[in-house]
Amino acid sequence: MNADPRPAVEARAGGAGPDRGVPRRDRPRPADSASRRDAWRGKREAALRRQPSPLGGGVLYLQHVTVSFDGFKALDDLTLHVDPGELLCVIGPNGAGKTTMMDVITGKTRPDEGTVWFGNRIDLLALTEPEIVQVGIGRKFQKPTVFDFLTVFENLELALAGDKSFWHTLVARLTRSDRERIDAVLETTGLASRRDAPAGALAHGQKQWLEIGMLLMQEPKLLLVDEPVAGMTPQETERTGELLLSLAGRHSVVVVEHDMEFVRSIANRVAVLHEGRVLAEGDMDDVQGDPRVIEVYLGA
Amino acid sequence: MTSVRMTGAIGYLPAAIADRASLAFLAVLAAVALAAPILNLAVPESSPLHLSSYAVGLIGKYLCYALLALAVDFIWGYCGILSLGHAAFFALGGYAMGMYLMRQIGARGVYGHPILPDFMVFLNWTDLPWFWYGFDRFWFAMGMVALAPGALAFAFGWLAFRSRVTGVYLSIMTQALTYALMLAFFRNDMGFGGNNGFTDFKDLLGFDLQSDATRSALLAATAVALGASYWLCRTVLASRAGRVLRAIRDAESRTRFLGYRVDAFKLWVFVLSAVLAGVAGALYVPQVGIINPSEFEPINSIEVVIWVAVGGRGTLWGAVAGAVLVNYAKTWFTGALPDLWLYALGALFVGVTLFLPRGLAGIRFPVRRGA
Repeated sequence: MNADPRPAVEARAGGAGPDRGVPRRDRPRPADSASRRDAWRGKREAALRRQPSPLGGGVLYLQHVTVSFDGFKALDDLTLHVDPGELLCVIGPNGAGKTTMMDVITGKTRPDEGTVWFGNRIDLLALTEPEIVQVGIGRKFQKPTVFDFLTVFENLELALAGDKSFWHTLVARLTRSDRERIDAVLETTGLASRRDAPAGALAHGQKQWLEIGMLLMQEPKLLLVDEPVAGMTPQETERTGELLLSLAGRHSVVVVEHDMEFVRSIANRVAVLHEGRVLAEGDMDDVQGDPRVIEVYLGA
Repeated sequence: MTSVRMTGAIGYLPAAIADRASLAFLAVLAAVALAAPILNLAVPESSPLHLSSYAVGLIGKYLCYALLALAVDFIWGYCGILSLGHAAFFALGGYAMGMYLMRQIGARGVYGHPILPDFMVFLNWTDLPWFWYGFDRFWFAMGMVALAPGALAFAFGWLAFRSRVTGVYLSIMTQALTYALMLAFFRNDMGFGGNNGFTDFKDLLGFDLQSDATRSALLAATAVALGASYWLCRTVLASRAGRVLRAIRDAESRTRFLGYRVDAFKLWVFVLSAVLAGVAGALYVPQVGIINPSEFEPINSIEVVIWVAVGGRGTLWGAVAGAVLVNYAKTWFTGALPDLWLYALGALFVGVTLFLPRGLAGIRFPVRRGA
């Protein structure tokens, strides 16, 4: 069921073998998928070629993770990995454990069993929520939570990577490179014209982009994006897809989404969660053709 | 944003207090600090412009309350920490000042003991308790004015914020804190004068506390302390840390996910606020001439929150205005209709909550824009 052919994380983390740095994108892909790639897929490939990942091996490994709430297993022996620069879509029916998985990765929920490794060296289960942010994992929540009473610029300023202690922020001044960085993210997210508007005045889609922008300010290696296009207009959805694709390559992106058309348009690899475990994993077409997936989710 | 970019003559002012509301507030404060002593000391009593010594004491007291309100608004209005126990920090600062004033009495007490304050002689104590050492020195006492409330706020905040105690639970714990301190200070064997507290103060740094000049100087000192505290709070709020505080107020867990140690931010502003409250208490005691455990009463802390709510939570000058106005009303009511004061206070709080959720500072008059 779990298609990951690689050796266990523990072994990889322990040794410093010569094959550790083999990029995952060199893996062979299913031949028939090339014919179905749409324009966004092409952009994504281009982005991957442009930006070789600085990370060797995978970015995130979840191994045999189990979380139970009062006997109910929200995650049941979940094993999943994320490759450098890839855009992984996680789909699954309600209650499949998608949000719990995000909570485990970001340290909000502690699993009963299993290991979560960030790269080969960092054991996420040993870190607090702010520390997990500091090592390079950013999360976008389902409901956009931006700081309504601060301006778009100030929202991005707070998200700036760097020393976040009280005493440092008390005396911190924006450097020229900080400002350039904020301006660059304003451009990327298409919010440059709303720079000084209070975030509370933004439209729904703009708030989502601002929140993605805030994630980018932290320069994360891994972006976790929870239902980015829920409640969006078709135009906003399209713009969001372009934005996420432009991020893949430079960052690894995990998108949890219900909208199948949207997933089809952006995903390279799809993982289907069901009852707390990975039911199927692979190309969108493979996954959609999987009879078990059709039974529990797509066919319903 | 309401702040106005200032240029020209006042361009040298720190940006944190260069907005119109701050300038107006500081100007009014400076005017009060200058006018009250002049009208009291320099204008003859026969003149209608003369300000009575009673009024000077009253204004000084209001300014102390204003500083306490500022401290509460700083954490409540900008960081969402609703403390219902800030009078405890106020009283601790007051007790530290009171201990200094008691030691200043020296042998002039009723029992004439050269070292021990009267209440210790009355309790048949023979030695000064160790925690009274050093309070005969002004600098030491002033250090304790900041340190005692600051250390208590640090210990309390460290435990509370680290455990993520927020909202109404935190408020209840602060009430319990001030109540526990009240019970402790009521005990005679605590060494703080029991239910009588400290009184009969003689002088401060050698200046007679009964003289008009000293009272005027204390009023001016309180105004300076209030202005400096305002500037300090504004400076913190204008920094990136200030924006983090507002972020914590509006979306605490989101701020945590940005990588900020929310508990540390809350802790340090709570400590700063407690120190400001302690300074207010220390200025209050020599002006009213007494400090006793009733200052720890839970109702006192709740009243402070009402002042802030009436004046306008989240605008520092609004909190100051609220403290002065409500206390002026209290002075009037307790003179004219003493039985009705608590009802009036309750009605005021309900009315403001219903009709002026942003307090008096939130009232906006229609402004003609452009032309």
